[in-house]
Amino acid sequence: MSGHSTYQPKSGFTRWLDTRLPIVRLGWDTFIDYPTPRNLNYWWTFGAILSLMLVVQIVSGIVLAMHYTPTAKDAFASVEHIMRDVNYGWLIRYTHANGASMFFIAVYIHMLRSLYYGSYKAPREVLWILGCVIYLLMMATAFMGYVLPWGQMSFHGAVVITSLFSAFPVVGDFITTLLWGGFAVDNPTLQRFFSLHYLLPFMIAGVTVLHVWALHVTGQNNPTGVDPKSKADVLPFTPYATVKDGFAVAVFLILFCFFIFYMPNALGHADNYVPANPLVTPAHIVPEWYFLPFYAILRAVPDKLLGVLAMFGAIACLFVLPWLDTSKVRSMRYRPMAKIYFAVFVIVCIILGFCGAKLPDDQVIPGLTTFQLLESDLNSWVWLSRVATLYYFAYFLVILPILGLVEKPLPVPETIATPALSHPATVPAEAVAAPEKKG
Amino acid sequence: MLRKASVLAAALVLMAGGPVLASGGAEHPRNIAYSFDGPFGKFDQAQLQRGFKVYREVCAACHSMSLVAFRNLGDKGGPFYDPHYTNSNDNPYVKAIAAEYQINDIDSETGDTIQRPGASADRFPAPYPNEAAARGGNGGAMPPDLSVIAKARSGGPAYLASLLAGYRTPPAGLAVPAGQYYNPYMAGDVSSAWTGDHDHIPLGGFIAMPPPLKPGLVTFDDGTPSTIDQQAKDVSAFLMWAAEPKLEDRKQMGFAVMIYLLLFTALLYASYRRVWRNESH
Repeated sequence: MSGHSTYQPKSGFTRWLDTRLPIVRLGWDTFIDYPTPRNLNYWWTFGAILSLMLVVQIVSGIVLAMHYTPTAKDAFASVEHIMRDVNYGWLIRYTHANGASMFFIAVYIHMLRSLYYGSYKAPREVLWILGCVIYLLMMATAFMGYVLPWGQMSFHGAVVITSLFSAFPVVGDFITTLLWGGFAVDNPTLQRFFSLHYLLPFMIAGVTVLHVWALHVTGQNNPTGVDPKSKADVLPFTPYATVKDGFAVAVFLILFCFFIFYMPNALGHADNYVPANPLVTPAHIVPEWYFLPFYAILRAVPDKLLGVLAMFGAIACLFVLPWLDTSKVRSMRYRPMAKIYFAVFVIVCIILGFCGAKLPDDQVIPGLTTFQLLESDLNSWVWLSRVATLYYFAYFLVILPILGLVEKPLPVPETIATPALSHPATVPAEAVAAPEKKG
Repeated sequence: MLRKASVLAAALVLMAGGPVLASGGAEHPRNIAYSFDGPFGKFDQAQLQRGFKVYREVCAACHSMSLVAFRNLGDKGGPFYDPHYTNSNDNPYVKAIAAEYQINDIDSETGDTIQRPGASADRFPAPYPNEAAARGGNGGAMPPDLSVIAKARSGGPAYLASLLAGYRTPPAGLAVPAGQYYNPYMAGDVSSAWTGDHDHIPLGGFIAMPPPLKPGLVTFDDGTPSTIDQQAKDVSAFLMWAAEPKLEDRKQMGFAVMIYLLLFTALLYASYRRVWRNESH
């Protein structure tokens, strides 16, 4: 899609600049003239939403860093200082804290959209992998950010997650010592996490530039999964995609603001308003909601090292996904079997999230005692998470590779415009009456 | 659109499921209506003043509240806010309350440790000089700081009120350890102290704080009957204010933001329909 540029500098200055630094041309080609498939639905608006969230998080985070003190002694009180004494500090902090959750809601929808419509398939493998890198960086950033208020859940969450690396043979202890900056989670850990928490978002921004670049080379996928073949298939990014993205962003902001202003602590954990105390371990250590599915996979495996490997493997599957899916058809709209397996996959991810929030040995169905298997009752969250983990991996490693070979896809349309133009635009009556008199 | 809504709903369910904790087998906090509930909620100033009195005469004997300053009492939404004093440091109530406390300081000329009357800018002094002294004075248990306690406990102010007014005679068969008290709202596990029916272990846990409230313990200046429930409710409202002093600002701004966003969204939707009116998609 990075075809011939149609940019025409209009003034003397822009002509002068265009021959020296064609930055206006870059912006024109990227955000104005860029051809987008005309059939993109609302699932395609999450790219814009994610871009906005990245900006919101960086801007609010920079202001927070002006008032925050990254030492074990003062971190908790400095966060409360922001909440109480900094002008609109409560707004900035609640925006940043809830913004992290909103960022993850958007990224999960964005990723599931790619899974459903096959956006990771050739020629978009690099685009997809760059997205996976962004997701990994987001997880690291969010985890370190959650440590910064130095509450009970910050501290003990940091202990649990950093200790995972000690499971690796030979290098494990070295990695944990490096992460801690000592022999336990303490002041040096907090200070390096703060430093990295400030660094990683800019790395995310950098990889995002690559992600968008790769997108503009291959062009966007679309709900049919068919490549645009003519001008009839595409529309210029501005105004068509911008106005649709703008509307979706505004709807998303309503959800975001609802959390900020009316339930700012609903997504957090009450224990994180208790200052960190290494001597008192909370009854139940849980990560933030967006890590819960991976936490469930970790705990599903009885062996520590294998559990850690399973957790990282769950993310590694995403990286190699373009080569696991053997189907020639991109969009699951035309894959009747894959559609069903995908729906089950989404449900399984949500189930894993629930499993991650529960105590492993608690009963799923209250009052029902079955039999013990691998030291746990079959009616327990740990067994549910085992079954779900099995499906999670089977989806990537077994179902997608085999399905592409055995499934008989539905007929795929020749062009995007064929199905898109088969149902006419929904036009308000008055706009039809006199389109030329408006605007 | 419907599918998007269903995914969002699923995401919300997932998030709601996230922070849900095993409540440790404690009784669910009572349903208490507070004036600051809901999108237009505001603190009830008379209630905050009563709650402050309970805090000051009862809780403060053992609990610190180190993040709250005297000046906060006169901030907008606070118990002694007076619109005539936009700078709460000048509020005469605040100054008078602060002056009744003795604050540790050093003499700026000699460097000697001294005590001086509090000023509006000072924070509430802690009742004990250090943690060891606090534990020593309370049978080994540390009375938690109350600055953000209303946000630091699942259930919030309703939990605090339920706990404070919820002490009960332990059921027969429950051996309460020395220096501990049974409270059905306290998170914990009493199974090891229970000699009764193993299928009916009492809910709740043991707490080192003796029942702090008694009828008539605090005299409310506005004539409100001083029952245990009233004291518990008022002090929990005060502690919610202490934990979230900007709650009113937040909800008021939220309303304006929501109106703005709804209009903006409607405008964008209209623009979207207009831009796309001749294009199929």
